[in-house]
Amino acid sequence: MSIKVVIDRCVSCGVCVKECPVAAIAMNEENLPEINLDKCTLCGICIDKCPTGAIVRTHQAQKAQEDYDQYRGIMVVAEREDGEIARVTYELLGKATRLSTHLKQPVTAVHLGPATDQEVRELIASGADRVIIVENEELNIPLVGVRARALHDLVVDELPEIILAGSTSQGRPLLSKLAVKFQTGLTADCTGLDVEMPDRHLLQTRPAWGGSIMATILTAHNRPQMATVRPRVMRRLKPDYNRKGEVIRIKTRPENVEDPVKFIELIKESTSKVRLDNADIIVSGGRGIKSPDNFTLIEKLANLLNGAVGSSRPPVDDGWIDHAHQVGQTGRTVAPKLYVAVGISGAIQHLVGMQSSECIVAINKDQEAPILKVADYAIIGDLFKVVPEMIKALEKRQQ
Amino acid sequence: MKIVVCVKQVPDISQAKVDPETYTIIRTGVDAVVNPFDLYAVEAALQIKDNLPQTKVTAISMGPPQAEAALKEVISMGVDDAILLSSKHFAGSDTLATSYVLSKAINQIKDVDLIITGRQAIDGDTAQVGPGIAAHLNLPLVTDVNGIVEIKPDELKIKAMTEEGYLYYFLPLPALISIGKGIGEPRMPSLRNKSRARKAIIPVWTPEEIDAEYQKIGLKGSPTQVVKIFTPEVGGEVLFIEGEPPQQAERMVEILGQRHII
Ligand SMILES: Cc1cc2nc3c(=O)[nH]c(=O)nc-3n(C[C@H](O)[C@H](O)[C@H](O)COP(=O)(O)OP(=O)(O)OC[C@H]3O[C@@H](n4cnc5c(N)ncnc54)[C@H](O)[C@@H]3O)c2cc1C
Ligand SMILES: Nc1ncnc2c1ncn2[C@@H]1O[C@H](COP(=O)(O)O)[C@@H](O)[C@H]1O
Repeated sequence: MSIKVVIDRCVSCGVCVKECPVAAIAMNEENLPEINLDKCTLCGICIDKCPTGAIVRTHQAQKAQEDYDQYRGIMVVAEREDGEIARVTYELLGKATRLSTHLKQPVTAVHLGPATDQEVRELIASGADRVIIVENEELNIPLVGVRARALHDLVVDELPEIILAGSTSQGRPLLSKLAVKFQTGLTADCTGLDVEMPDRHLLQTRPAWGGSIMATILTAHNRPQMATVRPRVMRRLKPDYNRKGEVIRIKTRPENVEDPVKFIELIKESTSKVRLDNADIIVSGGRGIKSPDNFTLIEKLANLLNGAVGSSRPPVDDGWIDHAHQVGQTGRTVAPKLYVAVGISGAIQHLVGMQSSECIVAINKDQEAPILKVADYAIIGDLFKVVPEMIKALEKRQQ
Repeated sequence: MKIVVCVKQVPDISQAKVDPETYTIIRTGVDAVVNPFDLYAVEAALQIKDNLPQTKVTAISMGPPQAEAALKEVISMGVDDAILLSSKHFAGSDTLATSYVLSKAINQIKDVDLIITGRQAIDGDTAQVGPGIAAHLNLPLVTDVNGIVEIKPDELKIKAMTEEGYLYYFLPLPALISIGKGIGEPRMPSLRNKSRARKAIIPVWTPEEIDAEYQKIGLKGSPTQVVKIFTPEVGGEVLFIEGEPPQQAERMVEILGQRHII
């Protein structure tokens, strides 16, 4: 990012010289303002004050940059969930493969921790041209420091131009640490990725403000370009087991796997079979459910739909259900194929967590409830009558 | 123990109305509040102070002069003192620059045992600043901490949430944790702390005070650039499913089947 004067538009009024808080602007002998980029802090005051719009930000680098041509290829950081390679990894490979058709560079999957031959085959079938497995057992332990050090060494060796990971509790802190180490940009929770040729910029599109606005972001002057990507948004490729790929098995330096943090144990959450983050269908209950016992109604509907159980905030605050199920501003952001809101009014804090769902069904007795603003279908009625009928109808359908 | 809590002031989403045409959030005229997750972060710090009374909790915030209000609010909850990082040079910082500024401030505070941030800020939603600070300071990091199980002056036992369940760790200090909702509801201000907050004089630090390099802060220090902002396409009208519950249910299931959703 830099700043410049568009000479054609300048009327030599001198306002910018006066307004600049760090005295970085002076008139030259032609009575045109000149910006001293060593002093300028890019605060933008002159841009605002200039009456003719003659001062603009530019995307050119201020100084000669390093030679970024040495950075090539797309690196996808694999992650595991429940003992398997997580679905988001295959989604990332699908996207990376599409980007690589423009960039004409290989896609490398990095798997931190041991992986089976079958898993490696699956990664290649799903789009990886190369698979690097860092075989140290210790990488299976959920310690972000260990994973970050191992990945750091690999990035130094590989110099990828793009690094992608899932926007998950593993991926986000891992890439955050890495971005600082490489002093480069990182865009969180992207839902769209594209490349701009010939500059090879990664165009990273992400929702902000709970999905009410979208922003496209790029990292023009730093490499690697890094992004975490929201699960369930990108499409995975149909696996092609004839695809060929290079397999590299390495070990990271022993000091990388030593960590001051001690992992004790993982206690799995047992309340539902399917979890919010990767569910295609979510059935959520709100205060309209009235009592913890009635939550079984929600669970039953969710189970029949093969979906996960969600909740608005009041049932969580009242202790009917663990807060891991809360959807919304202080809970999880979800975007399943189907979101069924049962007895939920649709306060803005709830909407920002679910309004990007593909299809939203609201079951509510109030036809003025704000949830209807974002719903595709509304069933106005008493949930204690409607939900049991839904359960019946689904059971009938499944027979 | 010496704790620093990072607090961000964000627009209050509950006052924002939804534009009936575009379904986007109207932000004009919206007040600012403390980022909800940062209230949980403050609560976590105060839980430690409850256990180890010699603990000193300092809140820091980077933001415009108005962000002082956010710091006063957390003092009224029981935070001991606060520092505002405010300067036009900080404006336009992305997560890399923000985490740099906050880490320089923490260095300046000196001998900090524990840094606590919120899980994420509700405006930017990145969850990158906490881990970024940890990286700048080379500190151990655990994110989305939802419970502090054991407190010792040089070690915590903590519970963190992931998609798979809850992870338990022994965390030696100094370290950084980011906090989620499970920590417990943020406490209400006491009368005494409210009056302390009113009287509190909050020092303002600029790049000079924290010895920050100008090249690494504000727009200059931010590798990411927003090149476009647009509103997402929204779905059409809501379809009311008419009839008595049995017909409503059948019709709904039928539609979902036709759309291949189920
Ligand atoms: C800082 C902050 C963060 C927050 N974060 C979140 C968050 O992450 N997630 C969240 O959800 N909320 C959050 N909230 C709370 C939010 O403002 C609302 O209070 C909450 O979402 C309301 O939940 P609800 O819709 O279940 O309850 P209510 O608003 O009470 O709505 C209940 C609904 O059920 C309907 N109903 C009642 N009985 C029946 C029946 N028998 N049959 C059919 N319908 C019935 C009613 O018509 C009503 O629409 C937050 C608030 C704050 C201040
Ligand atoms: N400007 C800021 N001042 C103080 N703390 C901040 C600031 N920005 C972010 N944080 C902290 O970092 C956390 C994560 O923010 P974010 O990465 O923006 O989602 C927040 O919950 C705060 O604790």
